[in-house]
Amino acid sequence: MENGDGGGGLLRELQDLGEKFKVDDQDEQYISPYAHLEKATVLQEARVFHDPNIVRENPRKCCTVIAQLLHLQNTGQYMSSVEGTEVFFGVTKLFMSDDASLRRMVYLFIKDVAETCQHDDIIIVIQSLFKDVNSDADLYRGNAMRVLARIVDAAILGSIERSFKQAIVDSSSLVSSSALVAASFLYDSHADCAIIVRRWITEATEATNSSNEMVQFHAMQLLYQIKQHDKLGVTKLVSQYSTRNTLKSPLALVLLVRYTAKLLSDEAQTGRSTLIKQDGSPAAKQGYLFLEASLRHKNEMVVYEAAYAICNLSGVEPQDLSPAISVLQLFLSSPKPATRYASMRTLAQIANTQPRVVSKCNEDLEALIGDSNRSIATLAITTLLKTGSENSIDRLLKQISAFLTEIADEFKITVVRSLQKLCLTYPNKHRVLVGFMSNFLREEGGFDFKKSIVASIISLIRQVPETTESSLLHLCEFIEDCEFTRLSTEILHLLGELGPSTSAPARYIRFIYNRVILENAAVRAAAVSSLAKFAAHCPSLRSSIMTLLKRSLIDEDDETRDRAAISVSILKDAMIANPYVAPTDEDEADDIPDDVPVPGDTAAYVLLETLPMSFDKLERSMTAYINTPNNDNEITFDVLPIVEDTAEEIAVASEIIDPASVVYAIPELANLGRAFRSAPPVMLTESETEYVVQCTKHIFQSHVVLHFNVQNTIEEQRLDNVTVLIDDSESTSFTASGEIACESIKYGESKNCFTVLERNNTDEPLTTNTFTCELRFTVVEVDPATGEEEGGTFEEEYPLEDLEITTSDFMAKVTTPDFRKSWETLGNTNEVLEKFALQFKKMDDAVAAIVSFLGMQPCDGTGTIKPDAGNKPHMLHMSGAFVTGQQVLARAQVAFDGTNGQGQVILKIAVRSEDEAVSRMVADCIH
Amino acid sequence: MGLTFSKVFEGLFGKKEMRILMVGLDAAGKTTILYKLKLGEVVTTIPTIGFNVETVEYKNISFTVWDVGGQDKIRPLWRHYYQNTQGLIFVVDSNDSDRIDAARDELHRMLNEDELRDAVLLVFANKQDLPNAMSAAEMTDKLGLHGLRPSYRQWYIQACCATTGDGLYEGLDWLSATLVKRK
Repeated sequence: MENGDGGGGLLRELQDLGEKFKVDDQDEQYISPYAHLEKATVLQEARVFHDPNIVRENPRKCCTVIAQLLHLQNTGQYMSSVEGTEVFFGVTKLFMSDDASLRRMVYLFIKDVAETCQHDDIIIVIQSLFKDVNSDADLYRGNAMRVLARIVDAAILGSIERSFKQAIVDSSSLVSSSALVAASFLYDSHADCAIIVRRWITEATEATNSSNEMVQFHAMQLLYQIKQHDKLGVTKLVSQYSTRNTLKSPLALVLLVRYTAKLLSDEAQTGRSTLIKQDGSPAAKQGYLFLEASLRHKNEMVVYEAAYAICNLSGVEPQDLSPAISVLQLFLSSPKPATRYASMRTLAQIANTQPRVVSKCNEDLEALIGDSNRSIATLAITTLLKTGSENSIDRLLKQISAFLTEIADEFKITVVRSLQKLCLTYPNKHRVLVGFMSNFLREEGGFDFKKSIVASIISLIRQVPETTESSLLHLCEFIEDCEFTRLSTEILHLLGELGPSTSAPARYIRFIYNRVILENAAVRAAAVSSLAKFAAHCPSLRSSIMTLLKRSLIDEDDETRDRAAISVSILKDAMIANPYVAPTDEDEADDIPDDVPVPGDTAAYVLLETLPMSFDKLERSMTAYINTPNNDNEITFDVLPIVEDTAEEIAVASEIIDPASVVYAIPELANLGRAFRSAPPVMLTESETEYVVQCTKHIFQSHVVLHFNVQNTIEEQRLDNVTVLIDDSESTSFTASGEIACESIKYGESKNCFTVLERNNTDEPLTTNTFTCELRFTVVEVDPATGEEEGGTFEEEYPLEDLEITTSDFMAKVTTPDFRKSWETLGNTNEVLEKFALQFKKMDDAVAAIVSFLGMQPCDGTGTIKPDAGNKPHMLHMSGAFVTGQQVLARAQVAFDGTNGQGQVILKIAVRSEDEAVSRMVADCIH
Repeated sequence: MGLTFSKVFEGLFGKKEMRILMVGLDAAGKTTILYKLKLGEVVTTIPTIGFNVETVEYKNISFTVWDVGGQDKIRPLWRHYYQNTQGLIFVVDSNDSDRIDAARDELHRMLNEDELRDAVLLVFANKQDLPNAMSAAEMTDKLGLHGLRPSYRQWYIQACCATTGDGLYEGLDWLSATLVKRK
C-alpha cells in the first residue's frame, strides 16, 4: 500500500511538473490575438456594425472588430474599395453608441482610412465630428479635431474655425494638444487651410504659456511651422523664447535648440560670418549664448540637443567645442543605452573633422569597446581609430581583432573603412594595418565585407605606393581560397597591371597559374590575361609563361582559349623578333639591362597599350579610309583618317556619310589625296534669296577645296556654267589654282561647283584669311512650263558673303583617352604660353568662344562650366589633331577678373604639340 | 409555455425598438424635426454634412432616427443606411413647388430599392405654416403617392410644421401603430 501510495505521489508530482512545463511552453509561444486573422472572417464579423442591438448592448465586441480591421490594414492586407466602403459605412453607424472607448476606436479607424477612402464618402461623418468637437466630453473634442484635420477642406474648416481657436487655448491639455496637432497637420495639407491656420498665431502663442509640457511642445512646433519661411519671424520667435525663459517643457526646449541651430547655420550660410561668437548678428550671438546655457540645463535631452547643435555649427572652433564635448563625455557613461549611443554617434561625427578635440574622451571610448550594444561598440572603435595616436595603434588593433569576430558584417565594413583612413593618416603603419586587414580576408565573411577589404587595400596601393608589394602578396594569398568570382577577377587584373613592375614579378606567376588550373571559366580567362601581361612586360619570363599559356590552348572555355591563343601567337612572334638574351654571370651588375621590352616590341604594344581610339571611332575611321582614293600604303594608326568627335555626328550616326566623298567623286581632284577634314557647311547667302549658296571647306595637306552648293530658286531661269570667283589678291598664303564649274542648274535643283585654293608654302604659319566671293553664271531664260529656252542669255554676277579660312579649319576635333598622360608625354619642349584678356562678361561665353576659336575638342568634360562653380577659375582641357597630323593639346585657365570695374575674363593658355610652330599658330588663334 | 409568456411580457412592458431613416431634399427641415422630437425645442441648424442619429422615445417605443443630409453630394450616400430600416420618413418642403418634382424622383428611386422593400413610408409635408404651402392632398398628387399599391407599400402623408411641432406626433402615431401591427 505504501508503495502504491508512494507511486501515486510520484506520478502526481510528475504530472504537476508536466503541468508546469506546459504553462511555460505556452508562455514562450505567446500568440498575438491578431495573428492569423483572415480578412474574410473579419469582414464577416464587421457586419455586426449594422445591428443596432449589438452596437447598443455590446460595444466591446465592436471595439474588437475595429481593432482587427486596423490590424489587417496595417499589416498590408488591404480591403478592396467595395469592401472598404462597406466597412466604412458600417463604422459610421457606430456613432449611434455613446460608449467612450468605442467612439475612440471609431475615430482611430476613420483617421486611418481617411486617406484611402473616397472623399465623397468620407464627408458623411463630418456632421458627427462637428457635434463631437462642440460636445463637452474632452475625449471626444480632442479626438474629433484630429480626425477632422484629415478630412476637411478649407471651406469646411472656415466654418468651424472658432471651435479650433477655442480648443487651442482650452484648459484641458488633451484638447489643446489635439487642436495644435490638428492645426499642424492642416497647415501642411493644403495652402488654403494654411491661410486659415495662420490666423491662429495668437492662440498658439498663448498655448506656449500652458503649464502642460506637451501643449508647450506642440504650440512651439506650430508657431515655427507657421513662421519658418519668414526669416525675421523665426529670429524673433527664437530670441523671444530663449531670453524669456518661459518654456518649461524639455521637448519644447529641444525644439527651440534646433530652431536656434538652424538660424545659426542659415546665418553662416549667407556668408555673414563663420565665427558667430565674435562677429555674428546680435540675434545670432544671443542664439549662441542660449545654446551654451542649454548645456547646463537639468534635463539630459536638452543638454544633448544643445551639444549636438554646437558640434554641428559650421566653422566652430575647437575651444568652443570643448564644453559640448565635455557633456557628451559624461553621457558616455550613462546607464541608458540610447544616451550612450546618441553621444557616441555625435562624437564619431566630430572625430571626422576634429579628432584632436575628441581625443580627450579616448579612455571612455576604450571602455565602450566592450559595450553590450554592438552599434555603440562599433562607433567607439571607429572613433578611436580616428582619434588614436600613432603609438596606440597596435594596442587598438589587438582589441579590435577580438571584437571583430563577434559582430555582423555591416559593422565590420565600417571598421574596415576607418582602418583605411587610419592608414592614410599614418602611412608608416601600413605594414601592420594592411596585414591586419588581410587577416580578415582569410576569415569567414560575406561578399560585401570581403569586397570592402579588397577595395580598401587597392585604394591604399594607389595612395601609398610603398604598400604595393606586401599588399599584392596578401591579395594573392586571398585568391588562393576565394569563393567570389568578381573579387578574384578584379585582383587578377590588378596583378597583371601592377605585378610586372614590382621587384620580383616571377613570384606572382605561381599564384596566377594556380587559378588557371583550379578555377571557374571567368577566373581562368582573367588569369590568362594577367599572365600575358606579365610576359609582355618582362621578356625574361616570356619563355616560361609561354609554356603555361600553351596549356590553356585546350581549355574548354571559349573565352579562356581565345585569350590564350591570341597571347601565345603574339608572344611567339615577339620572341622571334626580339629574342631574350639572359645576362651571363660575367656581366657586371651595371651592364645588365633592365628587364623591359625593347622599343617597338609588338607584344608589349598589343598587350599593354590601350587603343588610341575607341572601337566605334576605329570603325568609322576604317570606313573613311576605304572610301578615299589612292590607298596603297599599309594600314597603321598613323595613316588612318582622323575622325572627329562632334556631337552632331553622334546624333545621326546611322547615316554618316563622309562629306569629302563629293570631292573624291571628281576625277580632277582625286590626285589631291585624302581630305584631312571637312568643316561644317556655312551659308554664303540668306536662305530666302534667288540663289542659295552654301560652302563646305575640305582641307587637304596643301590645298583647300571649296565646295559650293548652289540652288536655283527662279522658275524662269536656268543657270549655266556656274562658278564662284574667289578674290585671292589680298591673301599671301593661298592662290586660287583651279575651278570646276557646274554645267547647268535648272529651277529647284542644287548642284556643286568647286574652287581649289593652293597653299603657297605649307611651312608658313597659317593666319586668318578672308576672301570676297562672287557667284558667276550665264542666265538662260526658259519657259517655266516646258523648260524650253526662250529669249536670250546673259552673263550675271551675284555677290556672296565673305568666306573666312582660319587656323581652326585645319584642326580636327579628336579626343585623347587620357589627357593628363598625353600632356605629360608631349612634354614642354614645344610649349607656348600666352595670356589674354577677353571681352566677355561671362565665363560660360568665354569658354564656348575659346573652344570655337581653336576648333579643338574639350576633354574630360571641361567644355562646360559646372553651374554651381560660381566665379572660380575654370580649367579647360582641349585636344585636337593638326593638318600635318600632329597631336595638339591645350590647357586653358579661364578666370573672371572683376577688379577693373568692367569685369573681364582672363585666359591663360598653354599649348603643346610636337612642333613649336604649330603650338604658336594655335595659340595665336585667340585674337 | 415559457417562451409565449415572455413574448407577451415584452409586449406589455418591454420597450419596442424601431429603426427609422429620415431623408428628403436639402432644407426640407429634417434636422429641425429630429431635434424638435428629441428635445421638444427648435434648434438652430446648419446644413447637415453627414448625418445625425438620435433615439426618440414615444409611447414606449424607442425610435432610432437617422437623419441623413439632403445635399446633392450626400444623396448618393443614403443607400448605405437602408439596411434594417423599418420606417422611412420622407420630409418635403410644402412651400417649394419648384423642387417637388425632384423630391418625387428621389422618393420613387428609393422606393424601388430592394433593401427598403419592407419599410413603411411616412411623408411629412413640412412648413405648412408658410403662406404658399401646398396641402397634403395636393402633395399626394404631386409626389405620385397614389400610384403606390397599399397592399404592397404602406404609406401615409402627414401635413406638419416642425417649428410648432404640429403634426409630428400624429406622424409617429401612425408609424408606431403600423409597425406594431406588422409584428
